[in-house]
Amino acid sequence: MLLYVVSTVFVCYLSFNLRRNQLTPIVWNTLFWIILLFTAVNAIAKSFSQERYGRLLYYYNLCSPQAIIISKIVYNSFIMLLLSTFGFIFYAFVMGNPVGDMGLFSICMLLAAIGFASVLTLVAGIASKADNSATLMAVLSFPIIIPMLLMTIRLAKNALDGLDWSVSTDEISTLLSIDLIVITLSYLLFPYLWRS
Amino acid sequence: MRKIWWKILCIVIIFYVIIMGLMGPVPRLPIINESIRNTYFHVALWFAMTILLFTSMIFSIKYLNKGLIKDDDVASELAKSAIFFGILGCLTGSTWANYTWGDPWPNDPKLNGAAIGILIYLAYLLLRSSFEDEQRKARISSVYNIFAFAVFVPIIYILPRLTDSLHPGSGGNSTFGSYDIDNDIRKVLYPAVIGYVLLGLWFAELRIRMKIINRVREEQVASNR
Repeated sequence: MLLYVVSTVFVCYLSFNLRRNQLTPIVWNTLFWIILLFTAVNAIAKSFSQERYGRLLYYYNLCSPQAIIISKIVYNSFIMLLLSTFGFIFYAFVMGNPVGDMGLFSICMLLAAIGFASVLTLVAGIASKADNSATLMAVLSFPIIIPMLLMTIRLAKNALDGLDWSVSTDEISTLLSIDLIVITLSYLLFPYLWRS
Repeated sequence: MRKIWWKILCIVIIFYVIIMGLMGPVPRLPIINESIRNTYFHVALWFAMTILLFTSMIFSIKYLNKGLIKDDDVASELAKSAIFFGILGCLTGSTWANYTWGDPWPNDPKLNGAAIGILIYLAYLLLRSSFEDEQRKARISSVYNIFAFAVFVPIIYILPRLTDSLHPGSGGNSTFGSYDIDNDIRKVLYPAVIGYVLLGLWFAELRIRMKIINRVREEQVASNR
């Protein structure tokens, strides 16, 4: 997955190579989050479909569905955090780093990692039950993740401009509440999914 | 004929809304002028859609608790008629926007949110069509339906209020209630919402009955073999 991020970033770098001066902070920001979104979908889609049937049965006997979904979310959040950190470092290395407020930007990355991980884990669970899960994963997850992506991009824009933190409390609280809603719902709904 | 009264009520209300909506007295406001009559159609359609989606979610929860396949039929058909109303709501809204805001699709967060909301529910239909086994389909799409409604509400009702929107209730515009005080509008708007909800239930009921008949016939075919 790390290689996936690096190569995507490198492709973007080469594509923008000719017109480096046109890369405004807005484009920089949007491009970064879209790369992260696709990475997240690809990374997390595997979290259920990769496991063999026998191992799922083993998990089923071993522990409660709540424990499984929470551990999957935590694990995927860590993966996302790792991927976005490395992605950011490499991205800043080749494309330049216009971020004005690193603290706010890292909070933004943290919230986005948790949010993406929790939404996509449940959707991956749903999609893995169907036959053509790769297509279904994209169709199901993109509309659901768009509000989160928009809030993240707005928050990251504030961080890029180095605005005062009080400006972005709205965005932070909205992102936090969306994360909370999604995690609670996954916690409640996953047992029904798990049974089938 | 069992329980026909609500169908009659539905037809009466819809006719009342159409006649009163086009002929009744309305307040004069600048810019909006006579197009305020679209409130009865556009706004009421969105309210009806939200109510139908909420009911659909309730039936999904009921299905997950009890496991009766009938509840899932109800949930999916309600969602379908809600999508129908959503598309109608988009069409009436863009007609309205064309005359008052000068653009059939202004770049407004609420419009984009509505488009995403409809996409979410179209994805729900796609998810339903990708399963063979009935119980499995019902269970998984119920889970997605509940999840979808929980995401749908923030997209339509909360996020646009945080940003500048042309719709009432955000970006310095007054909220809906404050210019809705006029009693002439209320007299038509609230019946309109009830009428559309009843119409949606009627659509859903017909399709549910078709589904039940189909299922019985399939079982007969299966048992004859």
